[in-house]
Amino acid sequence: MTDIIARPLAGTRPFRLQGALKEAGLAAFVMFALSLALIAVRVEDVPGGLAIRWRPFDVIAAVVLVFLGRLGLAFLRNNRPAPVALASGLFSAVMALLLIVFVSGGGGVSWAQSLLPFSGFVVNVLVLIISLVLTLRAGLMWRRGERADAGTGVGDTMDRLAASVQGVAVYVIPVLLVAAIIFPFLPFADRRILDIAILVVTYVMLGWGLNIVVGLAGLLDLGYVAFYAVGAYAYALLATEMGIGFWLCLPFAGAMAALAGVLLGFPVLRLRGDYLAIVTLGFGEMIRIILLNWYEVTNGPDGISGIPRPTFFGLPFVRSPPEGVESFHSFFGLTYAPVDRIIFLYYVILAMALITNQFTLRIRKLPVGRAWEALREDETASRSLGINPRNTKLTAFGIGAMFGGFAGSFFATRQGFISPESFTFIESAVILAIVVLGGMGSQIGVVLAAVLLIGLPEMFRELQEFRMLAFGAAMVLIMIWRPRGLLAHREPTIRLFEKGAGKR
Amino acid sequence: MLGTFEYFVDQAINGVTLGAIYGLVAIGYTLVYGIIGMINFAHGEIFMIGAFVSIIAFLTLGLLGLTWVPLALLLVLIATMMLTAVYGWTLERVAYRPLRRSPRLAALITAIGMSIFLQNYVQLLQGARNKPLQQVISGGFEIMREGDYVVTLSYLQIFILLLTIVLMVVFTLVIGRTSLGRQQRSCEQDRDMAALLGVNVDRTISLTFVMGAVLASVAGLIFLLNYGVIDFYIGFLAGIKAFTAAVLGGIGSVPGAMLGGLLIGLIEALWSGYFTVEYKDVAAFSILILVLIFRPTGLLGTPDIEKV
Repeated sequence: MTDIIARPLAGTRPFRLQGALKEAGLAAFVMFALSLALIAVRVEDVPGGLAIRWRPFDVIAAVVLVFLGRLGLAFLRNNRPAPVALASGLFSAVMALLLIVFVSGGGGVSWAQSLLPFSGFVVNVLVLIISLVLTLRAGLMWRRGERADAGTGVGDTMDRLAASVQGVAVYVIPVLLVAAIIFPFLPFADRRILDIAILVVTYVMLGWGLNIVVGLAGLLDLGYVAFYAVGAYAYALLATEMGIGFWLCLPFAGAMAALAGVLLGFPVLRLRGDYLAIVTLGFGEMIRIILLNWYEVTNGPDGISGIPRPTFFGLPFVRSPPEGVESFHSFFGLTYAPVDRIIFLYYVILAMALITNQFTLRIRKLPVGRAWEALREDETASRSLGINPRNTKLTAFGIGAMFGGFAGSFFATRQGFISPESFTFIESAVILAIVVLGGMGSQIGVVLAAVLLIGLPEMFRELQEFRMLAFGAAMVLIMIWRPRGLLAHREPTIRLFEKGAGKR
Repeated sequence: MLGTFEYFVDQAINGVTLGAIYGLVAIGYTLVYGIIGMINFAHGEIFMIGAFVSIIAFLTLGLLGLTWVPLALLLVLIATMMLTAVYGWTLERVAYRPLRRSPRLAALITAIGMSIFLQNYVQLLQGARNKPLQQVISGGFEIMREGDYVVTLSYLQIFILLLTIVLMVVFTLVIGRTSLGRQQRSCEQDRDMAALLGVNVDRTISLTFVMGAVLASVAGLIFLLNYGVIDFYIGFLAGIKAFTAAVLGGIGSVPGAMLGGLLIGLIEALWSGYFTVEYKDVAAFSILILVLIFRPTGLLGTPDIEKV
């Protein structure tokens, strides 16, 4: 409420340097307190105990940069872009120059290194990026002479984009679909790119599956990975113990996962909101702990290896098939290429994901789908209209779990090896993040979020240690920027009048 | 040995120590949940940061040549409370305040994102290997004996219990008796109304996060002293267990959080003592599910009356 009142006044208020300095000083002080322990000192283990290493320069650099950055923002907010643009532009240029010298010298240029503010290379690049963004923003403001409080244009643009994405979905979706289908044959799609694509599509499928539970039925599930795990272990055990093939196992694995979903859901689905969230989280952890400790069946932390690969209607993808079995390449008269198997896997998961998508879109229009959305909006009202909340939620939970189980079987057959390590809470969090970041209930949003959250970090595997840091930061920033999700724009499921009829 | 009363007492002492950690962290969850209705998923990470600040403070003091244990403990306690409180404050300011009026799921995702961020932040800054600290408080006295089996109550455990009790009493008084506590309770009931009556809501919420972080940092210090080894990942499981404790006791209720923490600690210790260590977490979660099925608002929670 306070910011509604404060906003119109901000433009008319005269700029006070003192206030800006005070604000920047406070930010710098907080940064100092934050860095005092964790950044200033590094605990290192040496033979015979722990030693500490001081990093005073990083603290000084962090404090100074936070002070300047905050000061720059205060200037921008008070419509003084010129000094900010000049200062941060100069700073970016110097930083860029130093980094270039540093990199071109193969990391051995000591004077450039000592002039850079931080000891970590990636941190310096990050500082450069932030400073460039600040320069760009200040520069644009300077040139246009616009005011900072004229309303943030980006949010509106995204809203319009989200609305138009739905508007042109009829054209965009076929294009995307064709792109997805011809993707493996594009010139740049080598083995690594294909592997990433398979991973992304797996998460798209998981996102669409979880979307049934979270987006449609409004049940917050923090343990979705449990069903993924049940599907994966169901297939792995059936395949390695009884020698049943992937395609026969698939429905069974889905049924097992759905059963697990119903078994969990039965007692807990009368809980609401956060209670349900914590119980599902607990259930996810329980499944993982059981997988970890039930040696006789799951082989504990060592996992299950040697899981058979899927076959193309009984034709395996191997160079020299066993006696009496024809392999894929000889049947079609092709020369053997290891990438064939990857392409086949890509199509399998693409088909599975598309089935999930179509299923979701269609079930939304059935009575049960309508009941899910009604329950999400108002449980009490739907109950009084004769919807049985428990059974309706159970179907959502079971069906969502089933798709998780399918994806799990695929995961097992793709990896050839599974262990409880793959089914930690972080996976559930990632899948939920994909659903929420994409914009709840938006099918295209899930694809966009999966590409952003899974695809991009995979491309930058070299920055291994910074990957998860950036992942966490991205989740926070996207949510602050677009609290309803990237492509959140919900059309009413049913209209009383046809679209446009009311406008005239 | 397994059937004796002495064995039970020994396990119970362990359970109470563990329960002190869970209880202190759980209060942070319950305060935040009460006031803004969100699961502060990153609270476990604040606990972990508290443990790291403590180990750094111990090592720094050791380097400065300060070895008199009571003074060192006091200084470390003050340092970890203050520095971790800044993390709690910053967390709220950076990640949660911009989302105050957003859908609740958005805040939950931000919290999970913050949790991932803080874990990796500490891992990057301090390394992934676990950090062992040699015992700071040693010794104890014998309270029972059965043949060769001696039950001791160590000075460390006495210190932990006293510290926890003092903190809980202080915080109960702060919430119940001071004007800050009244403001917190008024924000809990109706934030807009409190704002109209002159309560600075933003400040109150910030202070709630600071209080939660202070308690969690003490829990981190206790964890470090009791187990002697920490790594960047300890916040996750402790956070989940503490949240379970808060829900078990009735989320939003401070005495409930303490009771829930104690119960989860006891269940875990006794389960590990009598059954299998591997399934202690399963036991804790199963108890949670059972309690929620039969008493959905937790042990000390008041039921929400649903109005249409």
